[in-house]
Amino acid sequence: MGNRADFYTNYFYIKKHSGVCFHLLINGWGGTLKPYDEEVIKKLDIIAVKIRRHVIEMLYRAKSGHPGGSLSAVDAIVALYFHHMNDNPKKPEDPDRDRFILSKGHAAPTLYAVLAECGYFDVKELKRLREINSILQGHPVSFHIPGVEASTGSLGHGLSFANGIALAGKADKKKYNVYVMLGDGETDEGQIWEAAAVASHYRLDNLTALLDRNFLQIDGNTEDVLRLESVYDRWSSFGWHVREIDGHDIDQILDALQMADDHKNQPTMIILNTVKGKGVSFMENNVDFHGVPPNEMEYKLAMSEFDMLLRKLEEAS
Amino acid sequence: MSKEMVNPRNAYGETLVELGKKHSNLVVLDADLSKSTKTIMFAKKYPERFFEMGIAEANMISAAAGLASCGKIPFVSTFAVFATGRVYDQIRMDVAYSNANVKIFATHGGISVGKDGASHQMIEDLALMRVLPNMTVFAPSDATQTKKIVQLMAETKGPMYARVGRADAPLIYKTEDLKDMKIGRGLTVKDGDDISIIACGTMVNHVLDAREKLLKDGISARIIDMHTIKPIDTDLIIKCAKETGAILTAEEHSVIGGLGSAVAEILAEKGLTCRFKRLGVNDIFCESGAPADLFEKYKLNAKHIVKTTSALLEQ
Ligand SMILES: Cc1ncc(C[n+]2csc(CCOP(=O)(O)OP(=O)(O)O)c2C)c(N)n1
Ligand SMILES: [Mg+2]
Repeated sequence: MGNRADFYTNYFYIKKHSGVCFHLLINGWGGTLKPYDEEVIKKLDIIAVKIRRHVIEMLYRAKSGHPGGSLSAVDAIVALYFHHMNDNPKKPEDPDRDRFILSKGHAAPTLYAVLAECGYFDVKELKRLREINSILQGHPVSFHIPGVEASTGSLGHGLSFANGIALAGKADKKKYNVYVMLGDGETDEGQIWEAAAVASHYRLDNLTALLDRNFLQIDGNTEDVLRLESVYDRWSSFGWHVREIDGHDIDQILDALQMADDHKNQPTMIILNTVKGKGVSFMENNVDFHGVPPNEMEYKLAMSEFDMLLRKLEEAS
Repeated sequence: MSKEMVNPRNAYGETLVELGKKHSNLVVLDADLSKSTKTIMFAKKYPERFFEMGIAEANMISAAAGLASCGKIPFVSTFAVFATGRVYDQIRMDVAYSNANVKIFATHGGISVGKDGASHQMIEDLALMRVLPNMTVFAPSDATQTKKIVQLMAETKGPMYARVGRADAPLIYKTEDLKDMKIGRGLTVKDGDDISIIACGTMVNHVLDAREKLLKDGISARIIDMHTIKPIDTDLIIKCAKETGAILTAEEHSVIGGLGSAVAEILAEKGLTCRFKRLGVNDIFCESGAPADLFEKYKLNAKHIVKTTSALLEQ
């Protein structure tokens, strides 16, 4: 990471929509007030590759599942669990924990791999994804799987569920935050917009949504299936505080999460500009890998790509 | 005897294309699953009569009712779990109550969906649709019958629901076998005297396999394909009860509310004394797994049909 030039371009690209300028004024550029440094970013980048490796291995073994949307979601979920969130794998039911809801439940492999690597359950379980008698169901099931907060897989429910957690947090004067990840295609669902209205009406500033904006669903490009743009304007017109960032840039993700937590009186939507299939060259932006696992050749190719990337990242750190 | 395997979903897509030619008012709606439901075949042939509605099923159902009110014949497709439970009130108000000419054709019904898990294994749809006034409910058993039922749906007025599974299925029928098939009239696929096994959808094949095994034990089972769950074929059920004295129902669905319940209601109300058992999913959510593993664990395969039949006949 640490490609400052890219970083700058991205920042100026997004600043027209966000409070970044103000933030720069207060915190300075990569300033000491950020609660993380280059080392953290390097560490998380390496973890993200390891998670992607797990995901492809799991899907290859299971011979079914959803590579595209699992891979695009990795960096944000890694940033949440390995750095940002206040959670404790030893106390998964701690009432004060921060919560994460994977509303786009088909990205379950990413959530499972992260939970396992954090210590919620044995990494060995990952091998049994989608098998009979395994704890790891094709889509997340709450409490059945340690660390999973909500049963998802039917799209469109997660934001409402997160609203419930945020409302309870307010009612009980708890300090926890709730984070929820949505697919962009998922926001076709009317329920998402019912939930968007509720979160804004109740000023749920303890709620942050992350939109995996990879521009693909199953039948094709989101703009061909059912136009979503302007995503930014839609969410802000619903009364949300909206940020738009590179969803594969850990630095930007951590920064946006911190800003979201700090923002008062409004829920925050972080639009993660992502690439479906991110990290596996032939899966990137390829709608055919929405719900089809890699075959043996593709699996080996993907593994070699990850190994190469890991070597590069580890040398640099 | 290895039978030809054909996917009922493909039969659906192909039949839509044929019917599209015949009926210029036939339109198709899908919710981001057209490659899986096979409505994509119609979309390619008649793009101006295909509406991609996005991942927004509730909206899709009500819009279909609006289309029907203008004389269109809308076929609406998505997975069974999203085509019924998720949109129940829209179906109840805009389709059933309004007696709208909407045809809901759902794929991926039952637990043979497999590895996606219980969230995607719809085992309540027949119950949900059966309970709605005006609604006709089908569960076709193979590709040939799927084609026939889709034709009947297009050519008969009223709200209708049909569901097929995800997997390829052995062919049971040739087209001419179903020439006279009617809505609400079950088919006697094989005759027998010791027990009647009344099945629907994907389970018809499994009970046919079980029948072969039962024959070796000297048990002759009559096999009924109850493709229409509602209106149910009351006369045929009464006949089976009287002639074989034992009935087993088999469905890839909860034992509550579907085919088994429909048959039980008839038997009880007619005061027929008949040994009776429902085979299906026993009021639980199943889990991820290969379909064959699930059928073994949840006791739906031929082996378990044989066991259940023998136990019933020993009573
Ligand atoms: C209610 C509902 N309808 C349909 C589906 C089937 N489905 C699974 S994933 C998917 C596409 C999701 O697209 P998107 O939200 O953009 O996810 P991503 O691109 O991140 O994979 C669909 C239609 C579902 N799971 N739930
Ligand atoms: Mg998407």
